[in-house]
Amino acid sequence: MNTRRMTALAIVALAATALTACSAGADTGAGSDVDAKQATSAEDFGGMDALVEAAKAEGQLNVIALPDTWANYGKIISAFEDKYDITVNSADPDVSSAEEITAAKNQQGQDTAPDVFDLGSAVALDNLDQFAPYQVANWDDIPEGSKEKTGLWVYDYTGLVSIGYDADAVPAPKSLDDLLGSEFAGKVALNGDPTQAGAAAAGVYLAALQSGGSADDIQPGVDFFQKLNQAGNFLPLDPTPATIASGETPVVIDWSYNNLAAATENEGQRNWKTTVLPGSAVGSYYNQAINVDAPHPAAARLWQEFIFSPEAQNLYLAAGAYPSTLAAMVEADTVDQKALDAVGEMPADLVQFTPEQTEQATSLLAEKWAAAIS
Amino acid sequence: MSASATRRSEAGSAHAGPAVSLPPTDASDASAAPAEARPRRRPRWALLGLTPFALYTLLFLAVPTFLALATGFFDGDGAFTLDNLTALAEPAVLGAFASSFWVSAVTAVAGAVIGALVCYALLAVRPDGLIRTFVDAASSVLAQFGGVMLAFAFIATIGIQGLVTVFLKDRLGVDLFADGVWLYQVPGLLLPYLYFQVPLMVITFMPAMEGLKRTWSEANATLGGTRSTYWTRIAMPILAPSFLGSLLLLFANAFSSYATAAALISQGAQIVPLQIRGALISETVLGRENLAGSLAIGMIVVMVVMMTAYSALQARTERWQR
Repeated sequence: MNTRRMTALAIVALAATALTACSAGADTGAGSDVDAKQATSAEDFGGMDALVEAAKAEGQLNVIALPDTWANYGKIISAFEDKYDITVNSADPDVSSAEEITAAKNQQGQDTAPDVFDLGSAVALDNLDQFAPYQVANWDDIPEGSKEKTGLWVYDYTGLVSIGYDADAVPAPKSLDDLLGSEFAGKVALNGDPTQAGAAAAGVYLAALQSGGSADDIQPGVDFFQKLNQAGNFLPLDPTPATIASGETPVVIDWSYNNLAAATENEGQRNWKTTVLPGSAVGSYYNQAINVDAPHPAAARLWQEFIFSPEAQNLYLAAGAYPSTLAAMVEADTVDQKALDAVGEMPADLVQFTPEQTEQATSLLAEKWAAAIS
Repeated sequence: MSASATRRSEAGSAHAGPAVSLPPTDASDASAAPAEARPRRRPRWALLGLTPFALYTLLFLAVPTFLALATGFFDGDGAFTLDNLTALAEPAVLGAFASSFWVSAVTAVAGAVIGALVCYALLAVRPDGLIRTFVDAASSVLAQFGGVMLAFAFIATIGIQGLVTVFLKDRLGVDLFADGVWLYQVPGLLLPYLYFQVPLMVITFMPAMEGLKRTWSEANATLGGTRSTYWTRIAMPILAPSFLGSLLLLFANAFSSYATAAALISQGAQIVPLQIRGALISETVLGRENLAGSLAIGMIVVMVVMMTAYSALQARTERWQR
């Protein structure tokens, strides 16, 4: 009941404020003479080894909104834990980017607050004062335009909008319009509500690009889903690995890395295939950022170093996501060639929405989406 | 739950009223005198006994409600604005209010009618018998059986791969979702909501039904009344206030229900509590956090209108009861 929820929220907010006040004077440093909160590179700690020492002294890292099955985060987290002997506390894996920021604000000053964020670009650009600037050791490997110049946010990985389908339940879709056919009745799901989730919005953008729209005009995408709904083919259910395993969502429009992960996870149970439609592809980088009030500032910075190292970047690639240092890794021959071959080269006509285009598109969604699919 | 607790006790007192006033006039005169004198004798400081409850209500209901509503009048930077209120007129928001109202009204009326019929049927069994005990216990449990558990129960039975759905499809050739998957849209809320509305009606309305005295129907028969005059002239007017009170409770219950809908509906945010969720957590449509406050104001306005209508109605029906 919403009154109770509101009450609970308010109490949490009050408690958070009270606790912040109490702990304001507490010692947050890790005991070294370096103020980890101010460090903008490993150099500020006195080199990588000193950063590792400081992070190990903290011993903990709080991450949020990182599902184990999302872009290989399960493996990335355990690789980090094994390598540095730091415990990673993964909170609320399924929350949205906006909720990550809310959690950081509500828990400010508590030792459970998130240290690092994994954010969609819209939310990242909207909350710059929540981030601490930091440049990783291989800063130059990240292309210009893929990073804020002081390192407030950095592009990390992108997927392509793909169609995942159970090959035993439906024929392989060759084009978007195939999904309107009767063999897809009640079967086509979108990963979330596009007025709330970035992955779902990207699905609508792809539909727009594939049916005559553009990044400046996504109305054809909304129209497509309206047709899909009128045909009785749209399945208004939020797909998860569980719904894919149970067969409730036989067709899922989602990031390629999520659909590829579903295939691995359901091996032997579901014949899950992933296809990226020919023509325009839609991508959207997720960003890494450090919470300016991180309770474990050194571990947060070490996490960035690890995330952008070839080891973790190759793990993203293995999951079907394109990491932002891909070009540099190919050049330095540190790329996991087998993974790259499996995922395929990045498509040439990859469309990324600019912040302005995203804002325009989402306000159209806010206005039209609910009506289109009901 | 404090709102519904009050409502329940109102429903209880509504039937207690006529029960006291119906005995012969001389008896009621005798009992009226001490009843009037009592409040004067009660010392002022006795009100202090209310403090814990008042404090609790203030801290955990009034203050949070006020804070939540206040956010509706500010923008993201903390400046005063009426934009959030004007946003209530957006077609998507109006549509959500209409759907919320529709779902609440349908499940409240259906729940109240079915629940009242169950109560009527229960009058025929022994009050301390096995059936009555069983129905009472089941109602108390099921009235609180909401949220994710309830949604899951429905997904597991009549979901796309649910037991019942698959059985009907494979054995009888009946496709529950031939015209689209309605369980995950607004019409899909009706069945799950009824699942807790009917038991809630049984709990709240049963005391009023039990207040009906056998002697009244005997008196009616003695004076030459028929069974229908008993119901239309005696039982229904007496039951009306508590029936309407329970109906309102059911409406409020459905109107504010969040978790069941949140677990079932993931597309479109067609009802107001889901719009509030969307405004708070969206990662695509940004900067609408404070719209949640004005949506809450809208919900409270609807409830105030309902409550006012109810009390006006009750004042009318109570006139003859004094």
